[in-house]
Amino acid sequence: MRFLFKTDYEDDIRLFPHSGYVVSYGILLAFLLIAPFVLSSYLVSQLVFVCIYATVGVGLMILTGFTGQASLGHAAFLAIGAYTAGYLQQYNVPFPVYFLAGGLLTGVVGALVGFPALRLSGIYLVIATISFAFIVEEVLARWESVTHGNEGMRVKTLSLFGQAVPQNGPTFYFLCLGVLILTIVGTLNLLRSPTGRAFVAIRDSETAARSMGVNVSLYKVKSFAISAAITGLAGVLFAHKLSFISPEMFTLQLSIEFIIVILIGGTFSLHGAVLGAIFLVMIDPFLTYLKDDIPGIIAGFASTFGADSVTAGKIQSNAAAIASANGLKGAIYGIIIVLFVLFEPLGLYGRWLKIKLFFQLFPLYKRATFKRQKIYVKSERNR
Amino acid sequence: MSYFRAENLSLHFGGLKAVDSVSFAVEKGEILSIIGPNGAGKSSIFNLISRIYPPTSGRIFFEDQDITEQPAYDIAGLGIARTFQNIELFENATMLSNLLVGRHRHSATQLWQELLFLPSVRAGEKVHRRRVEQVIEFLDLEAYRDKLISGLPYGVRKVIELARALCSEPKLILLDEPSSGLNVEETDDMSFWIRDMKTELGITVLMVEHDMTLVNRVSDRVIALNYGRVLAMGSPSEVQRHPDVVAAYLGA
Repeated sequence: MRFLFKTDYEDDIRLFPHSGYVVSYGILLAFLLIAPFVLSSYLVSQLVFVCIYATVGVGLMILTGFTGQASLGHAAFLAIGAYTAGYLQQYNVPFPVYFLAGGLLTGVVGALVGFPALRLSGIYLVIATISFAFIVEEVLARWESVTHGNEGMRVKTLSLFGQAVPQNGPTFYFLCLGVLILTIVGTLNLLRSPTGRAFVAIRDSETAARSMGVNVSLYKVKSFAISAAITGLAGVLFAHKLSFISPEMFTLQLSIEFIIVILIGGTFSLHGAVLGAIFLVMIDPFLTYLKDDIPGIIAGFASTFGADSVTAGKIQSNAAAIASANGLKGAIYGIIIVLFVLFEPLGLYGRWLKIKLFFQLFPLYKRATFKRQKIYVKSERNR
Repeated sequence: MSYFRAENLSLHFGGLKAVDSVSFAVEKGEILSIIGPNGAGKSSIFNLISRIYPPTSGRIFFEDQDITEQPAYDIAGLGIARTFQNIELFENATMLSNLLVGRHRHSATQLWQELLFLPSVRAGEKVHRRRVEQVIEFLDLEAYRDKLISGLPYGVRKVIELARALCSEPKLILLDEPSSGLNVEETDDMSFWIRDMKTELGITVLMVEHDMTLVNRVSDRVIALNYGRVLAMGSPSEVQRHPDVVAAYLGA
């Protein structure tokens, strides 16, 4: 186990506490840089989705994880970014301009959503953000002169400085990776400065934050705006990745997926956003596998245990019906959320920290180290 | 003119008069304690001063400035810090970041500067950190710098809350029951710190307290309240002998 001896205030500020971090993140970066040249094109495409989802996850983490304001409306922010890209592209606006415009516009919308949300908290805020998402979805479907309504909108191949950047090529992957890394670094910078600490203060006790001089309303609006802007940037990339956008892609389910990203990753650290994104993007091929292969496997088991071919066929078709049932994905997501909230509220990153500690302390790890216990309940809190 | 003044301060919840036309003044550099039975309106006065509740009527002055209409977050900016009766720390953060929030009123960096973590932000952070370290040294909190609040015992949290208030470099500090939940030894420490705050840091202290030993030891003056009204005002011994105060506590 490593003990850090801090000799300078700089030691509390720097992003990498010691050289071990530089080495491990360096190895990760090296792997990510050679990934498009060694992995199959399918996996690279999945990695692009991981980058986009992780960017949204970081945005949502700022709002939900660090400021404590829940949002089920982030699909709408993503949509606004995506449609800004699609719309401006028609007028031959260059990519860097509409990329930033997408972020900026979404940030402004986020701030506007933030204002009415100031008086709401908890479940009421969730409902308010859901209704915002429905409004945006409806506007996208009806405002045909701009969005082409339910027909959807084709997004042309990205062109950067006169070069075409196809959405399946390595350059697009590097672009998404770059955006993700810059977002993470910017967020980390924010978290180690007064604004980030004010966010955390609001999350843990609004009254105390206010009495320490934090303008709670202003910082909540700021948090909404930053979170939305990041999601808008991801939306521009999302539009290019899919090369086609329509209102039914930005539904409540997508917002729930973003909540899953941070909930399963772990809502207290940016690592969680990335881990959650990996989990969510990689669960999709797994579900496809379930749908295609599991009925056959179950029928195979059934016939091994003595079922005749007719019964086995029946079992197979029943299993297939279940596997291809509508809303199965949503149900599985729901079960996953419930299981994580019950058994691992700290998420994947929390689990990783526990595993790490086990090896650091080996053989002295105590089983009760992370045992959850009831602590005294606060009474008379000023809210 | 007094340093801090409350004039005819009232707070009514419907028919309940939590604070009923209370007037008092605090002189610069003194320690003034407010005592009274449960429900006397002591904490309500604090909540009025820090603008958690708007007063029903009355005015509050600090350094000859009317602060009755100031937004709550501005009160800290004026130099009034406070602690809470039921600790209000940021539980899922380390002690250091809790104390650094106390420095919030002294931070002047813009959002875009913070996103890029420009040298000015870095320099500001180091200044904040140095100030926080001075407070840590003042209150003997060296052992807890990187500890999460949620894992710390009650007595330590109480001191950390005081530390957070001190980090904002206040001119006037409001202590809401600083000794509640502390054992005898910790209460002793607390009384030394409160006196040191006055003598070494030059902070004016307004304190709500039940522990009469602590009140007698540190206070310059005492105000006794009951049912939202002032019963007596004066030196600790005068107030304790006052017949109305005796009646309020003993029901005689």
